[in-house]
Amino acid sequence: MTRVPDSGQRVKFYQTGTFTVGNRLLDDAQRTVQASAERANSLDSGHRACQGCGEALGARYVVDAALRAANDQLIAANATGCLEVFTTPYPESAWRLPWIHSLFGNAPAVGAGIAAALRAGGRENVRVIAQGGDGGTTDIGMGCLSGMFDRNDDVLYVCYNNQAYMNTGVQRSSQTPPAARTATTTVAGNEPGNELNTGKNVPLIAIAHGIPYVATASVHDLHDLEYKVVKAMGFHGARYLEVFVPCPLGWGSRPADTIKVARLATQCGMFPLFEAENGELKASTRIRERKPVEDYLKLQRRFAHVFAPENAHQLEALREIAERNIHRFDLLADGEDTA
Amino acid sequence: MLQQIEGSAAVAQAVATCRPEVIAAYPITPQTHIVEGLGDMVKRGLVGNCQFLNVESEFGAMSVCIGSSATGARTYTATSSQGMLFMMEAVYNASGLGLPIVMTVGNRAIGPPLNIWNDWSDSMAARDAAWIQLFVEDNQQAADVHVQAFRLAEAVSLPVMVCMDGFILTHAYTRVDVPDQVDVDSFLPAFEPQQALDPLAPITMGAMVGPEAFAEVRFLAHYKQLEALDLIPRQAAEFEVLFGRDSGGLLKSFDAEDKSTVVVTMGSVVGTMKSVLADMRQDGSSIGLLSIRSYRPFPKQQLCDALAGAKRVIVFEKSLAVGMGGILAADVRMALANLPIVVHSVIGGLGGRPITRDNLQRMLDKGVHDELEEPHFHDLDVAVVHRELERLRDIQRPGPSAESILRDIAGAELIARSSE
Amino acid sequence: MFQVRIHGRGGQGVVTAAEMLSIAAFEEDRHAQAIPSFGSERMGAPVVAYVRIDNDPIELTEPVLRPDLLIIQDPTLFHAVDVFSGLADDGFLLINTVRRLPELHIDDALARLSDHHVYTVAATELAMRHLGRATPNTALLGAFTALSELLHLESVISAINDKFSGDIAQRNVIVARAAHDAAQAD
Repeated sequence: MTRVPDSGQRVKFYQTGTFTVGNRLLDDAQRTVQASAERANSLDSGHRACQGCGEALGARYVVDAALRAANDQLIAANATGCLEVFTTPYPESAWRLPWIHSLFGNAPAVGAGIAAALRAGGRENVRVIAQGGDGGTTDIGMGCLSGMFDRNDDVLYVCYNNQAYMNTGVQRSSQTPPAARTATTTVAGNEPGNELNTGKNVPLIAIAHGIPYVATASVHDLHDLEYKVVKAMGFHGARYLEVFVPCPLGWGSRPADTIKVARLATQCGMFPLFEAENGELKASTRIRERKPVEDYLKLQRRFAHVFAPENAHQLEALREIAERNIHRFDLLADGEDTA
Repeated sequence: MLQQIEGSAAVAQAVATCRPEVIAAYPITPQTHIVEGLGDMVKRGLVGNCQFLNVESEFGAMSVCIGSSATGARTYTATSSQGMLFMMEAVYNASGLGLPIVMTVGNRAIGPPLNIWNDWSDSMAARDAAWIQLFVEDNQQAADVHVQAFRLAEAVSLPVMVCMDGFILTHAYTRVDVPDQVDVDSFLPAFEPQQALDPLAPITMGAMVGPEAFAEVRFLAHYKQLEALDLIPRQAAEFEVLFGRDSGGLLKSFDAEDKSTVVVTMGSVVGTMKSVLADMRQDGSSIGLLSIRSYRPFPKQQLCDALAGAKRVIVFEKSLAVGMGGILAADVRMALANLPIVVHSVIGGLGGRPITRDNLQRMLDKGVHDELEEPHFHDLDVAVVHRELERLRDIQRPGPSAESILRDIAGAELIARSSE
Repeated sequence: MFQVRIHGRGGQGVVTAAEMLSIAAFEEDRHAQAIPSFGSERMGAPVVAYVRIDNDPIELTEPVLRPDLLIIQDPTLFHAVDVFSGLADDGFLLINTVRRLPELHIDDALARLSDHHVYTVAATELAMRHLGRATPNTALLGAFTALSELLHLESVISAINDKFSGDIAQRNVIVARAAHDAAQAD
């Protein structure tokens, strides 16, 4: 794999020998992109993300995998948000690939414009990735996202979902789970935290648009994440990937627990992993060992209040979400039962 | 080629000759015929490999343009009125990123009250957004100035909006010599972007800038527009040599030299105004007309030079800064601050109110005698206004003024007709 | 300068009539301007369009306040809109109707016009017969070319072929010609 032209600075290679990239136990062909000394490092070190930031980890994996799948011919459009802010503190940039930040709500449209320009110039071998957080994608960017799906623009859109507007100080978004504490859904009054809403499931909305490929992934399973990125890059047209990325600051979890929290979210059913193609669900990742929702919640101070007796109904609401997901995406093998 | 053609169609054909590579289209009256025309031409394979995207909103349209232009493709879109507002965040973004996008604005009023007819509120709403704003007087200029716009935008790396009065120009059938492809090709070279997203030479565009550098970045945007003040007339002159027409430029004098009163205005009203002023000159008035063609950058020095001999200026505009007065008037006053010229501000044509020779004549008769209020609202039905003010005073929960004024006018018409 | 004002309702082809008139003038190497005055697309609402024809370039953009020719495509407008406003005394009046002039109850307006400048055309009927559609515009234009020296029928036919194609164009030409011939005979 060829490297992206660099500034001449030798990259410190610090990932070998860890389980994170499955190095020691896998043969070369099965190792992740990150395991290679030749990896692109499209999101380079020196950025200003918080310790334990799920998004920094997820984005590096996603963009490196996409870059490799595109033979280094990749252009990125990024929405305003944590990722954009911590990677480009003027006058520095952590990005090694051509990258544009335009506005908060228009990354899908900017991506569409880039793809159109490449197509007009007969350069469709150059691929496009557009990315943003949940705020920029599922709220303010929803109109543009739907438009991109509708036109089937050749763009891979990646949403890093940390379930709130983190960059501006942890405000509630449409992805904030019921009961969760944010700065605009405080733990006060009769209904502490976020309201008990029905939620906005954007992967399902993406599936409803019938686009070529939709998938959810998480930073606790980086092999799976890379696999889905590479698979997505094998399609042309509009593709949507939602990556679960814990935010220690916003969630009130320990930085060292980021991977653990992400894994628990999937294991208890709160964040199901699945794939769909052309409007049909194709595969979901079964839960091998189901965990109770409480195990997931108790690691995050944003949910601390749901353990109080008077908020039992909130805990119940969260359990119901997990239960619904398990049913809907068939996450348990036959015979397995509730925890 | 000389044609009897709808203004929108002439613009569409002219834009097509500029070899755009990406066009983003979202419909809004009265620009819609332009993007429809271009869409049809693209489908027929008449615009090379141009990509025509039907987008989900004006915000989507300008955002697609941003992505496209940043990737080095010649890019175009069009909007009006509410659409301009809906894309406003992206409008500022396009100029801030230095992207040479060209956009047609079919000038239309901004509501409420909902109004699809012509005035300049949409262009005025964007006047501080660092876009170059060019106004055209007729459809020949509309076609010509789009060709100049692409070259100008790409030369200074700033987006350009070409402003043409909605309906009056967009929907008017007139004789237009649409520039030929061969001639446009020799005037407009291929797009050489100052910056482009390219895997071979990666760059980061759109980073956050703090207090330590923001002022300098803003100053440079201002400086670039001031540079355009030189480039615009030079380009217009080159255009005239090649095409034989005086289209574009910073401003145009119609018998304004050495006149004691000069009317200053923009756009399609210039045509009607010329006729009125010619009659007034025949009757002995010392009066002329100055048409501003480049509104941003504002040609301050050129305006001063052109008005050096005037005692009085009457600014006629289809825009209003609510709570303040004329917008163009304020710019003109600022430019003429050091000259001993009286400037009158006239606001007319709002929401498509017809501007006629008769009502212009009446206004100008007052104007040359310095008898206009400040600002003067042209053709305002004062009786209706007074009745409405009374109603607002006397009735509790009076309801919306717009509807009650419409009822008032309709009632007055009925009474008038029944007494015939 | 010759000024025309066309009144009708949405869906009757008022704007197309204005455009065709301007194209016809262009065919005869004249300057022409056609400007519609209308609102949102709506069938049945009153619509006005203006046309100016001149040997010199036309720069005026005001509405036509003093028409030399008034075309009324829909007689139900007489009591809805002040269609006669500004019509010159030596102006032409062309009305789409099967009725005779006295039955229209517009004597006040007719009084100051010369008899041979006022003409009725059963344009809708002609259009229905040959086109199958109630668009009276081409019939009215055809009739006008017989009433005045301003434009030739051939120019109007050229304009029709510019605006329409195929079968529709042919039928419209038949309509225009029929109306022209009928007007000439009168």
